[in-house]
Amino acid sequence: MKLELKGITKSFGALIANDHIDLVVESGEIHSLLGENGAGKSTLMNVLYGLYEPTAGEILVDDKTVKFSGPADAMAAGIGMVHQHFMLVPVFTVAENVALGAESTGPGGILNLEETRRKIREISARFGFDVDPDALVEELPVGVQQRVEIIKALVRNAKILILDEPTAVLTPQETDELMDIMRQLKAGGTSIVFISHKLREVKAVSDTITVIRRGKVVGSADPSAATTELASMMVGRSVSLTLDKADAEPGPVTFKVTNLTVMNDAGQRLLDDVTFSVADGEILAVAGVQGNGQTELTEAVLGLHKHVQGSIVLDGNELVGRSVRQVLDAGVGFVPEDRQDDGLVGEFSIAENLVLDLYKKEPYSKFGSMNRAVIAKNAEAKVAEFDVRTQSSQDAADTLSGGNQQKVVLARELARPLKLFIASQPTRGVDVGSIEFLHKRIVAERDAGTPVIIVSTELDEVLELGDRIAVLFAGKLMGIVPGKSSRELLGLMMAGLPADEARAQLDGTVAGTAGTTPAGTAGTTEGERS
Amino acid sequence: MSVTANILPSKVVDRVAVRSWKTPILFGALALFAVVVFVLLGPSGHATFRLSQEGDAWQVPNLVLPAKVFGIIVAVVCVLLAAQSYRQMKNDGRIAKWVTMTFTVAFVIGLMVWIIGGTKTQNITLVGLFTGAMLITTPLVFGSLSGVLCERSGVINIAIEGQLLAGAFTASLVSSITHNAFAGLFAAAVAGVFVSFLLAAFSIKYVVNQIIVGVVLNVLVSGLTGFLFEKIMKIKVDGVTIYNQPAQLPDLPIPFLSEIPVIGPTLFRQSIIGYFMLILVAALWFGLFRTRWGLRIRAVGEHPMAADTVGINVNRTRFLNVLAGGAVAGIGGAYFTLVAVSSFSKDMTGGLGFIALAALIFGRWNPIGAALAALLFGVAGNLQSILSLAGTPIDGQFLAMLPYALTILAVSGFVGKSRAPAADGEPYVKG
Repeated sequence: MKLELKGITKSFGALIANDHIDLVVESGEIHSLLGENGAGKSTLMNVLYGLYEPTAGEILVDDKTVKFSGPADAMAAGIGMVHQHFMLVPVFTVAENVALGAESTGPGGILNLEETRRKIREISARFGFDVDPDALVEELPVGVQQRVEIIKALVRNAKILILDEPTAVLTPQETDELMDIMRQLKAGGTSIVFISHKLREVKAVSDTITVIRRGKVVGSADPSAATTELASMMVGRSVSLTLDKADAEPGPVTFKVTNLTVMNDAGQRLLDDVTFSVADGEILAVAGVQGNGQTELTEAVLGLHKHVQGSIVLDGNELVGRSVRQVLDAGVGFVPEDRQDDGLVGEFSIAENLVLDLYKKEPYSKFGSMNRAVIAKNAEAKVAEFDVRTQSSQDAADTLSGGNQQKVVLARELARPLKLFIASQPTRGVDVGSIEFLHKRIVAERDAGTPVIIVSTELDEVLELGDRIAVLFAGKLMGIVPGKSSRELLGLMMAGLPADEARAQLDGTVAGTAGTTPAGTAGTTEGERS
Repeated sequence: MSVTANILPSKVVDRVAVRSWKTPILFGALALFAVVVFVLLGPSGHATFRLSQEGDAWQVPNLVLPAKVFGIIVAVVCVLLAAQSYRQMKNDGRIAKWVTMTFTVAFVIGLMVWIIGGTKTQNITLVGLFTGAMLITTPLVFGSLSGVLCERSGVINIAIEGQLLAGAFTASLVSSITHNAFAGLFAAAVAGVFVSFLLAAFSIKYVVNQIIVGVVLNVLVSGLTGFLFEKIMKIKVDGVTIYNQPAQLPDLPIPFLSEIPVIGPTLFRQSIIGYFMLILVAALWFGLFRTRWGLRIRAVGEHPMAADTVGINVNRTRFLNVLAGGAVAGIGGAYFTLVAVSSFSKDMTGGLGFIALAALIFGRWNPIGAALAALLFGVAGNLQSILSLAGTPIDGQFLAMLPYALTILAVSGFVGKSRAPAADGEPYVKG
């Protein structure tokens, strides 16, 4: 089935999210839409899927103009979509989710799920999915949930499948599997629109690449094009994708976490007996799929968690049991993973946001009254230093783009002399141009001798920044490996294999064979500092 | 085939079993209460439960239990079950259903025997207890079923009280004017729908906070019916009020079934509203959990956007459900003036609409659960009024409080987890 978009424009008030976009997806091809966060890819696909009505333009399926007033129309026309945030009801079974909206029923609307189960088993068998139709969706790993979404589209006879940032929640191995599935679907005649900002994945799987920037198509590219070329098309100027970072020169170990366990109110272990340390002048990158204890780790250090056991020592001082202010005063700089909710006060000005943790101290305030002149001057200096793109430092923080917001957070946190710097997802939703800048600042902080912890779910970022890499899975530390470790090794660890077993599997040996554990792996947590 | 498939964790990630000690602790405390109160402070006489009324076709002999001995048995059973619940939680991380059920039943019976044994007369008629309870239970069931319809689709219905009251008023007025109780019943449903329409229009269409709209509607209906009660229902013609003399719905005993001791008079000697209630509970349960209609409604209440992306019109579904909920609550309101008492009085629902909400939560948003919770509240409420006549060792007001204390325990997760539909109260606005 051939799909054509002609002059699609979608505006929300004054904001033009899509500006005369033309796109042709040929039958049986994998067509990638490459663009940064906020470039308008998802908006375009929501128009195509009938969730938004286009302001102008038309959609053609097999050269015939179609009009979608809702997702039901789009599905009837053979378009299926796997959303970035899964559209699955967590408390329903797989079969109920797949059946929803297209139920087979007996007399009186009585559900007949047997038909749906049969279809699920059939599709599962064809593509090698291991999906039980009667499993509860909320109990399935995200990778499997994604397959349920794909099954949902296939059951509805989708001829064109839109995958919106499908790899964001997957481990590298799951990503590889997804790509295999995409190729199989293509071989079966399904067209695929693959939306991503990850260059490596786009190059690996696409037949055609269309690049979108600021709501406009800026060109198309061949998958064989160089990564830097794609990146500069996406960003609009040449960017350097590799960080020129010198090797770390670790000093003494000043930050130690010992047997750290964090529990939720119900007593579930969110972080389970984690032990590691970071030396001065070293970056420890914490990798793992979203939701495996990374958030709890950073929050525990900062003193945001109630149920914390174990010890966190910075520069000889115990941090467990301290208040957040005491922890900050001990010299901890913290970039939270959700900058809009936790890192900034959106309605406050940039200048005010830059002193959120300093407003009590001189010279920013005196006798309980803020000194606006000093705060404004500080803001001017920081805006210049961190290249924050804004009209005025008195503008509200939520008028800034994601990248510039993050620069403000980073500028504030790095303003104090630090003994430890923690950044959670420092570049999530940030444009490529800003990523470069943010990474350089983080490395500069390391080179100034501060121990740095970076938490990231993006493997590229982890490999880029980490001098050593710790991998968390289900709240447990799978091990700490050197910064130049292979993607495959990290992928296996992110999927739940301890470092030594993962290595053994990669070496082709059978994991777990008695007596073959290589010497030294017992000390994976501490012994790997190179 | 993918070469990497074998290394993925194929099964669901193991979860640490969450051990909640709330239930064993609660059972332990209640068992201790049983030992102290039923055994040590137990009355020495007998508790008599009268199972048949005079004139029943089958006369069943009275159940006479020695209060002290029975109290000891109950206390022992409670202690054993509390120990069992502790053991199960320790070993399996969960408590078997039969333990909870048996414990609850044993404790409640023990409590009854202790209370009855302590009264002056030392006897109680079970038929009276249950048939009286139905006066409270019936409107509660309708109210909570209205809540089920609304909240399963994601709209919080605080206006149940207002819907009941509107139904009660309209039923009385229309039945008085037409001299036809069925016209009153129909008008009550319409009145409930009207209140629901306001709730739906404001909360779904104009995205006003659902709690606030609901509370305002309750006040509005209370004020409006109070005003009309004064202005219309008190009009006298030839010395009698003519607009508050509703024709009543007669009891329709089902032959044979209505002769079963206790159950017969309670369930099979009711007005048409009572039978409709029984059918509605079963039909709603079946509809929600076994039909396409129910699957879609639950999807809309749990994850409206997921429902939208498969072509279900979320807001229309919600609107219709809220209207249906209004009709159900309106009929429940009609029960007050067409069956329970013979005229309308100001604010006669007396907060039962809010208790219906509690029954809904206690019953875990399930029609059958909500109905059983309503029955529990009804029995407890009626027991209190019976006992205050019989003279009890504990204050009647204190007994009246117990079911609601139980509700708070239930809602706070002592007796298993009560989980509301995920999108309950969240308006759905397209991007």
